[in-house]
Amino acid sequence: MRASSQGALKKPSVIPGFGLALGFTLAYLSLIVLIPLAALVLKTASLGWPEFWRIATDPRTIAALKVSFGISFAAAAINAVFGLIVAWVLVRYEFPGRKLLDAFIDLPFALPTAVAGIALTALYAPNGWIGELVKPFGIKIAYTPIGILIALTFIGLPFIVRTVQPVLEDLDREVEEAAATLGARRFQTFRKVILPALLPALLTGFALALARAIGEYGSVIFIAGNIPFVSEIAPLLIVIKLTEFNYPAATAIASIMLAISFVLLLVINLLQAWSRRGLSNG
Amino acid sequence: MADVALVPPVGAPRRREVISEGLFVRVVLIAIAVALLGIFLLLPLVSVFYEAFRTGFGPYWAALGEKDALAAIRLTLLVAAIAVPANLVFGVAAAWAIAKFDFKGKSFLITLIDLPFSVSPVTSGLIYVLLFGAQGFFGPWLQSQGIQIIFAVPGIVLATIFVTFPFVARELIPLMQEQGTTDEEAAISLGAGGWQTFFRVTLPNVKWALLYGVLLGNARAMGEFGAVAVVSGKIRGQTNTMPLHVEILYNEYMAVAAFAVASLLAMLALITLGLKTFLEWRFSGEIAAIRR
Amino acid sequence: MDAVTGNDLNIRAGLGSAHARIAAAEGLRPLAGTWGKQVDVTVENVARSFGDTAALHGVSLKIASGELVALLGPSGSGKTTLLRILGGLDFPSEGRVLFGAEDALGLSVQERNVGFVFQSYALFRHMTVHDNIAFGLSVRPAKRRPAKAAIKKRVDELLDLVQLTDLGKRYPAQLSGGQRQRVALARALAIEPRILLLDEPFGALDAKVRKDLRRWLREIHDRTGHTTVFVTHDQDEALELADRVAVLNKGRIEQIGTPDEIYDAPATPFVAGFIGETNALPVRVESGKIFLDDRALDLASTGEADGPRMLAFRPHDIEFTGEGAGGIAGLVVSELRHGATRRLAIEVGPQRHRIEIDVGAETAGQKGNRVVVLPRSWRLFSPDAFRG
Repeated sequence: MRASSQGALKKPSVIPGFGLALGFTLAYLSLIVLIPLAALVLKTASLGWPEFWRIATDPRTIAALKVSFGISFAAAAINAVFGLIVAWVLVRYEFPGRKLLDAFIDLPFALPTAVAGIALTALYAPNGWIGELVKPFGIKIAYTPIGILIALTFIGLPFIVRTVQPVLEDLDREVEEAAATLGARRFQTFRKVILPALLPALLTGFALALARAIGEYGSVIFIAGNIPFVSEIAPLLIVIKLTEFNYPAATAIASIMLAISFVLLLVINLLQAWSRRGLSNG
Repeated sequence: MADVALVPPVGAPRRREVISEGLFVRVVLIAIAVALLGIFLLLPLVSVFYEAFRTGFGPYWAALGEKDALAAIRLTLLVAAIAVPANLVFGVAAAWAIAKFDFKGKSFLITLIDLPFSVSPVTSGLIYVLLFGAQGFFGPWLQSQGIQIIFAVPGIVLATIFVTFPFVARELIPLMQEQGTTDEEAAISLGAGGWQTFFRVTLPNVKWALLYGVLLGNARAMGEFGAVAVVSGKIRGQTNTMPLHVEILYNEYMAVAAFAVASLLAMLALITLGLKTFLEWRFSGEIAAIRR
Repeated sequence: MDAVTGNDLNIRAGLGSAHARIAAAEGLRPLAGTWGKQVDVTVENVARSFGDTAALHGVSLKIASGELVALLGPSGSGKTTLLRILGGLDFPSEGRVLFGAEDALGLSVQERNVGFVFQSYALFRHMTVHDNIAFGLSVRPAKRRPAKAAIKKRVDELLDLVQLTDLGKRYPAQLSGGQRQRVALARALAIEPRILLLDEPFGALDAKVRKDLRRWLREIHDRTGHTTVFVTHDQDEALELADRVAVLNKGRIEQIGTPDEIYDAPATPFVAGFIGETNALPVRVESGKIFLDDRALDLASTGEADGPRMLAFRPHDIEFTGEGAGGIAGLVVSELRHGATRRLAIEVGPQRHRIEIDVGAETAGQKGNRVVVLPRSWRLFSPDAFRG
């Protein structure tokens, strides 16, 4: 930053309103976000390490975190593959209904999670449209971890598609032609030229979908069955502890999840910086 | 690819797609995408309306006209009517400070603004319980003053503001940064005051992005479940928003009523998607960072 | 003398000199024997349309092995389409393309083995310079793929050739425009191409780098002897670099020839106008004589039919003559310094036709004077075909 006066926090400008705008921004940010989050940190700190550790290593807590992470990771991985295919199809191919399909990608962003939750449950329950189809094979989706996987895949899909899509659109077609003139088969071009270019975006989308899935609540609880140690997710455990008025436990679990979210946020920011660097040169 | 339609020329019996895939691969990929989106996105949406009208129009209307359902609809509208404008004002102020001025710690501030997106909805509700709940930091004092925030409307509003906090700001900041400060400097050099500059120069430049942010924020505000569930207490007719009412009805095995209320929220989602697509199509140049 | 279409224009002039040059350069080849076998290229009646609009109307062209040919024309002339057809990136709606005796259209782009240098260079930005150059060899099927060490040796040789010896570990983003251009060329040469194709090779560079690279590309060509075709809209580039130049306009080849032929004997009004600067003066031909406003000019037009014509000549290609000697007389209305020369604008005759001539820079203060000039070399074109 080029500050014309030494030590100045802000560059001089003829535009008015800096003090008002920044003052309001900081005050509002503090009141709504920072102080409440600080309360969580403070409350966790007041538990003391032994108490925190006891809650964190409680088998039910660990089981819930495992369910949340394991299934979120699987859902993000599934979305990475299918999201890439969807983004590819939407960007590269012309076919009837493409625009409509494109608009529908954001449905999981727009549809309230509770609605998604009961709709998915209705579909995948043993008497639902899809549940009925798989029942003869002895597969049960709703009220099992597979149900959680379905819900988390549903809410995560747009993240991958929407991060990969613009990068794919900006990809220089001449680069692919260059690979072809150099003798690369189509799949070699995809693997060696296109995929590396998409990788930062793909990983960013993966991390975003993962972060969203770990914290997800509304769409999961209806379909999950919520059996402790089997299909109980961490956010639900927080709610259960709260309804039992066990605030220390709720706080401790929330802190663990918050810490994990921050790490993911950091990773996402690094990935985006990497992705921007990759895009800026040419 | 313009050459797709061409008849293969004489002397070129093996013409190939240079940088596209063979027809078979294309058809398979399109089929996968369409099937996936159909089963995964469209089918749940269809099932909402199917379940809602399963027993005909009568029960559907009865479910929506029910007293508690109407109260939930009113509360949802009220909460959105407070949360959305509050975050609109904040988003504009934050974007003004961040985009029009250079100051230290700017990128850190942007990260902080995005923070609520990476917090689990449940945690978003919990933090207010910890602050204002009966056992919270300010709980005893609030109780002595007779003010109730948790398990009451103020708590629902706060939690909703938290989860929709970044929507307007994150649309405006990149756009206003891209637009720079020349327009404002020109206005000021022509004698316009600060507010005049804002309302007559800056605001018209960003109005569609602003609307876009409001649209998405509103959808989230009306549909929020996890954060609101934690702070609401779910008192029928009083602290029940539409998504919470859906849950209660569903858990009471009143599927038709639950899906009837859910169908309203699904329509909200469809309208949001429609308007969003329209804004992207019509004003794509005036909405920066459409895609995250 | 109407506009000549490109059909069956197979001027073979200039080939001899190219061959001779390659032979002479043989001793200079640092990588003797490692280049792929060069082929001659035959383009026969190639047409290409995009929907309703035709980009190429039956173009024919023969390029000798080892020759350096420029496709010159304004944007939309079809020159890039022709290059892409040669490279296998596009396909003609009609016609044939032969590499030697082989039907090139039957070969996919991968099989065609051409070195294509893209206008934007199209370097793989996630790969180092070394990996970019090695790409074409590393994607070969296992049985034809050279060993790792051989690929590395090959890449190092190419880096030496393009004078980027120590930059193999860099990424494209860390290179200047001129360096990227040379990496793109090295990458195209790595696959031992049968022909080398360059799309506006210097288009994205600034003027100084452009001139250096132009000379350098000519040297590389002379050392490696690739059959080379490049596309350009810059007449200086085409004339300076190429053995032969094909001038394209509206999907047709207007003229093919050596730079001298193109410049000194433009076959069509378009070529005359597009290459260098040209004056066009309406005249009439009557029984072998050329009349300007009822005055016969001292220029012989043998075998021309009677009728209106356009007299075309270069501004610098004139001499002053005395009054009454059958010259073009006019009034100097402006004079402008034009590089090493001075340019005079002259209004001729009652209709004030404007022509421009170049005179020595020392000839100042001519404005308002009456001058009489005659072109030293000139051509006649049909007036309605002229657009200069």
